[in-house]
Amino acid sequence: MGAGWLGSPMERHGGAAASGSAGESASGNAEARCAELLRRRTSSGSGAEAAEGVRRERPGSYSGPSSASRQRVEGLRKKRPLFPWFGLDIGGTLVKLVYFEPKDITAEEEKEEVESLKSIRKYLTSNVAYGSAGIRDVHLELKDLTLCGRKGNLHFIRFPTHDMPAFIQMGRDKNFSSLHTVFCATGGGAYKFEQDFLTIGDLQLRKLDELDCLIKGILYIDSVGFNGRSQCYYFENPADSEKCQKLPFDLKNLYPLLLVNIGSGVSILAVYSKDNYKRVTGTSLGGGTFFGLCCLLTGCTTFEEALEMASRGDSTKVDKLVRDIYGGDYERFGLPGWAVASSFGNMMSKEKREAVSKEDLARATLITITNNIGSIARMCALNENINQVVFVGNFLRVNTIAMRLLAYALDYWSKGQLKALFSEHEGYFGAVGALLELLKIP
Amino acid sequence: MAERGVRGGGSGGDSLDKSITLPPDEIFRNLENAKRFAIDIGGSLTKLAYYSTVQHKVAKVRSFDHPGKDTEQDHEPPYEISVQEEITARLHFIKFENSYMEACLDFIRDHLVNTETKVIQATGGGAYKFKDLIEEKLRLKVDKEDVMTCLIKGCNFVLKNIPHEAFMYQKDSDPEFRFQTNHPNIFPYLLVNIGSGVSIVKVETEDRFEWIGGSSIGGGTFWGLGALLTKTKKFDELLQLASKGRHANVDMLVQDVYGGAHQTLGLSGNLIASSFGKSATADREFSKEDMAKSLLHMISNDIGQLACLYAKLHGLDRVYFGGFFIRGHPVTMRTITYSINFFSKGEVQALFLRHEGYLGAIGAFLKGAEQDNPNQYSWGENYAGSSGLMSTSPELYPTQRARSGTFDLLEMDRLERPLVNLPLLLDPSSYVPDTVDLTDDALARQYWLTCFEEALDGVVKRAVASQPESTDAAERAEKFRQKYWSKLQTLRHQPFAYGTLTVRSLLDTREHCLNEFNFPDPYSKVKQKENGLALKCFQGVTRSLDSLEWEERQLALVKGLLAGNVFDWGAKAVSDVLESDPQFGFEEAKKKLQERPWLVDSYSKWLQRLKGPPHKCALIFADNSGVDVILGVFPFVRELLFRGTEVILACNSGPALNDVTYSESLIVAERIAAMDPIIHSALQEERLLLVQTGSSSPCLDLSRLDKGLAVLVRERSADLVVIEGMGRAIHTNYHALLCCESLKLAVVKNAWLAERLGGRLFSVIFKYEVPTK
Repeated sequence: MGAGWLGSPMERHGGAAASGSAGESASGNAEARCAELLRRRTSSGSGAEAAEGVRRERPGSYSGPSSASRQRVEGLRKKRPLFPWFGLDIGGTLVKLVYFEPKDITAEEEKEEVESLKSIRKYLTSNVAYGSAGIRDVHLELKDLTLCGRKGNLHFIRFPTHDMPAFIQMGRDKNFSSLHTVFCATGGGAYKFEQDFLTIGDLQLRKLDELDCLIKGILYIDSVGFNGRSQCYYFENPADSEKCQKLPFDLKNLYPLLLVNIGSGVSILAVYSKDNYKRVTGTSLGGGTFFGLCCLLTGCTTFEEALEMASRGDSTKVDKLVRDIYGGDYERFGLPGWAVASSFGNMMSKEKREAVSKEDLARATLITITNNIGSIARMCALNENINQVVFVGNFLRVNTIAMRLLAYALDYWSKGQLKALFSEHEGYFGAVGALLELLKIP
Repeated sequence: MAERGVRGGGSGGDSLDKSITLPPDEIFRNLENAKRFAIDIGGSLTKLAYYSTVQHKVAKVRSFDHPGKDTEQDHEPPYEISVQEEITARLHFIKFENSYMEACLDFIRDHLVNTETKVIQATGGGAYKFKDLIEEKLRLKVDKEDVMTCLIKGCNFVLKNIPHEAFMYQKDSDPEFRFQTNHPNIFPYLLVNIGSGVSIVKVETEDRFEWIGGSSIGGGTFWGLGALLTKTKKFDELLQLASKGRHANVDMLVQDVYGGAHQTLGLSGNLIASSFGKSATADREFSKEDMAKSLLHMISNDIGQLACLYAKLHGLDRVYFGGFFIRGHPVTMRTITYSINFFSKGEVQALFLRHEGYLGAIGAFLKGAEQDNPNQYSWGENYAGSSGLMSTSPELYPTQRARSGTFDLLEMDRLERPLVNLPLLLDPSSYVPDTVDLTDDALARQYWLTCFEEALDGVVKRAVASQPESTDAAERAEKFRQKYWSKLQTLRHQPFAYGTLTVRSLLDTREHCLNEFNFPDPYSKVKQKENGLALKCFQGVTRSLDSLEWEERQLALVKGLLAGNVFDWGAKAVSDVLESDPQFGFEEAKKKLQERPWLVDSYSKWLQRLKGPPHKCALIFADNSGVDVILGVFPFVRELLFRGTEVILACNSGPALNDVTYSESLIVAERIAAMDPIIHSALQEERLLLVQTGSSSPCLDLSRLDKGLAVLVRERSADLVVIEGMGRAIHTNYHALLCCESLKLAVVKNAWLAERLGGRLFSVIFKYEVPTK
């Protein structure tokens, strides 16, 4: 999940931070193993090679099975890591896992596929839920994707970070280490669990910078679209529940953009080009705060439950509005009466505390956190002179209330100057970025 | 907007007797002359403001009608002293808990004599709630004023008129407050008012300000959400809880996300990654204290971040914080300061205000008083009548805290004339009058507090003796003793109570307290006698000076200045001598002086300078009456005039110790002119001008001087400033940088201070400075 620690703007340029020496040596090992395996395979000889090569080509770059292309195929192949292809983003609350399921496996490959690899593939693709809290977001699956010359489907899986030990245990049980694979992981957990991966799972993690991965993931996913649909969208008439519409948005002029990643905490990045971005700021008031406060205030146990309660609540019973203080608009300052003057302000009064429901409290928590993120994002956009703001991160998952509020607040307070944009794969970009790193896709 | 007091009040309907811990007539002072009222009613505290007049006894000096006659008679004083009543204007501000509202209104109604008042200006969130009650009780029409306008007017007013109004809060340092000297131009600044919500206002001029943003996450969020989470109802109790909690038990920190690796990544593991993040992932109970602390951090960080973003967008680096969330609470000042430092990387300063709680009331009052043009005047905080800033450590000083929480007073005197910067200050924005900050220097603080305590008996004695015809002098002097003694005790515990504690502020507080009990000038008779004696010696002194060679004379003049300066009743070492030896005179004083080389000795440089062309105009700040001004300063002035230098002689507007006052200096000059043709013609031709400083302090604040003086300094292009005496040249201005030549001279009449400076009692400071080009 997002690097939402309270942080000051940190100059960081793409690519600079990710490739530490540990990552380099890990990739070196992988390539060596890869080459060895290739030699083994080539010796078995097969006509499928060429066909596979054709399939491997990216759309548009196919130039027939000439010897030149064959060489290129060989080149690709040498660079291509072994299956399975994972990208892992271990956040403070959630682990995001993307898994590339090759659909172009030849019979021969299938035959050669080691048992453990097959078992993983079957386990991940035939289930939609794993363990007690692991979930595959089936609706997000990207079909017929060509990655590194292989065609397949990209799966999006998430599970709570506190299940990480079980995940590592599973890796051990399923004998991952025998696959000589490399796990590319980002997020703070890549550091936190590195030792566990090694000692329990006998697995080497390649740790990657989370902001690099995030940017890489977003740019890639935006470029491949969403199974023919647009990845990016916005809301028209967000404040009007009747007229509100979710509409596709074409990010023609991608840069500059302000990227607001709302995970447990929030990171805000100004992106000027693929390789030029900086972390502007961050706030600790993020998804974790919403859910954490909801747990304390309402006793709910899941994020979905918290959102569901919020959808039925009325925050104006909890919050003190401008009109509660001034009887209407505060004209001296141009503040509309409906604006929140004090979040949870009504809760200073005992009578009002006794009159609110859990749903009202959940709603107020959601509104408070969301408005605050919108406000900080707006100020950053102004300071950075950027007018499109892309909100991502798992806080927005199934959270239309928050998205519409962000869209409305940004538009209202900027007098139409700022546009709030969203992305279908909101929380998975870090994991996608990690996968791309594995595949060395720039 | 909502308000919150420092201590939860009792239930409503308390009678005045039960609730007011001080006698009400000591709280609502000068009520019978009160003219104009304003009230700021918050969620729990009310601030009442009124303008009143104070009748004071003032010592006036007047030449006898037949000058020249009395000089022949040895026992005739040189002038007469009369005590007159004078009326000065004063602003009173009283803070009390809303639960005492009715009792207070009753008291005011019963004691209000003036019936011209028809309207009361009201502001604050509670103004409408109490409107009917006020109108009914006081029979005044309530005029509602805009909250934010009042707040900003009040803020401008205190920043302009109270020198140590703003401070930075530094945790873990002793004391935690670091006061700021007021910038000559207070604009532009950002005011972040944290009431139930947060308002961020950019203030550009006296009348121009703009609401540039805000946040709904404010004091109401802390209180409301805190009450829900901890079942603790009161704001103060929530703060108490927070000060005991550990937020790391509730917040997800960077180290929780990264494990131990944050160190190798150069991240601070203690940074909060997600506020309340642990309450989402861990299935367990959380303590009230921990949750309150986490909430406090969350809100403070958020406000600090937004304030920095707004400050950056508008290019401002001064941010003042106010509102009930801040109001003197060290916990919130600490977290806000931390957040501002963190987010701005030290580029933005979080500043707090000593009288923050009064801003609304002051502003409302000013709104109502616009026809009187209060902004045309300069005002000064009256240390005798003001409670001072409360202690930061409620556990340490519970009684103090309780009192402040109940009733708190601020009084400001209207100064006769507007005060401005001395135009010759090199950099007015960095000028600090005081040499030693006693808030900072604990050793010096202990010494001076003890010193002032020990001198108190003498001052009381002198005060009684100055009014032999008064029947209640002893009683008033005793009240003065108690008042000043209690101020000294307060300052021992809370050195920051009135801003930066300095020798100057201790002296000024004593003067304010003396005035409060109608001892306007305890030294008037002493001064009268000493002036008379010195005048008799004037011609002898000048004759002997005139007989000297030029170079010899220059040294003799300087020694005369220094010897004169020994006559200081403010210095205990000297007053002991003067009390015991009435024969102690100018020649005896000269013998006391340290031989050259002096402790600080740039006399040779000065002599060299005198060999050059004369100065255009010298501004001289005189010190004591008698020998000092007459036999020390005037011969020196005479020599300067003789050289062709014009002289502006500046003396205190009001009395302080045995310092010569402006009105005394006029008489003294007149008498000398009668004896001396050089002084006579210089006065006639306006080459010698006597002015008042605007001050009544034994020390000198060059940033608050009479406007007339400043104008004259400019007109005459003064190029030399002479500052004489321990109070003006050592306790203050020792390090002051001027853009022209300056001469600071004093005799160190205090053994402790002399030792600190590396010398002995009666060491001489002769500091001649030429600004580097």
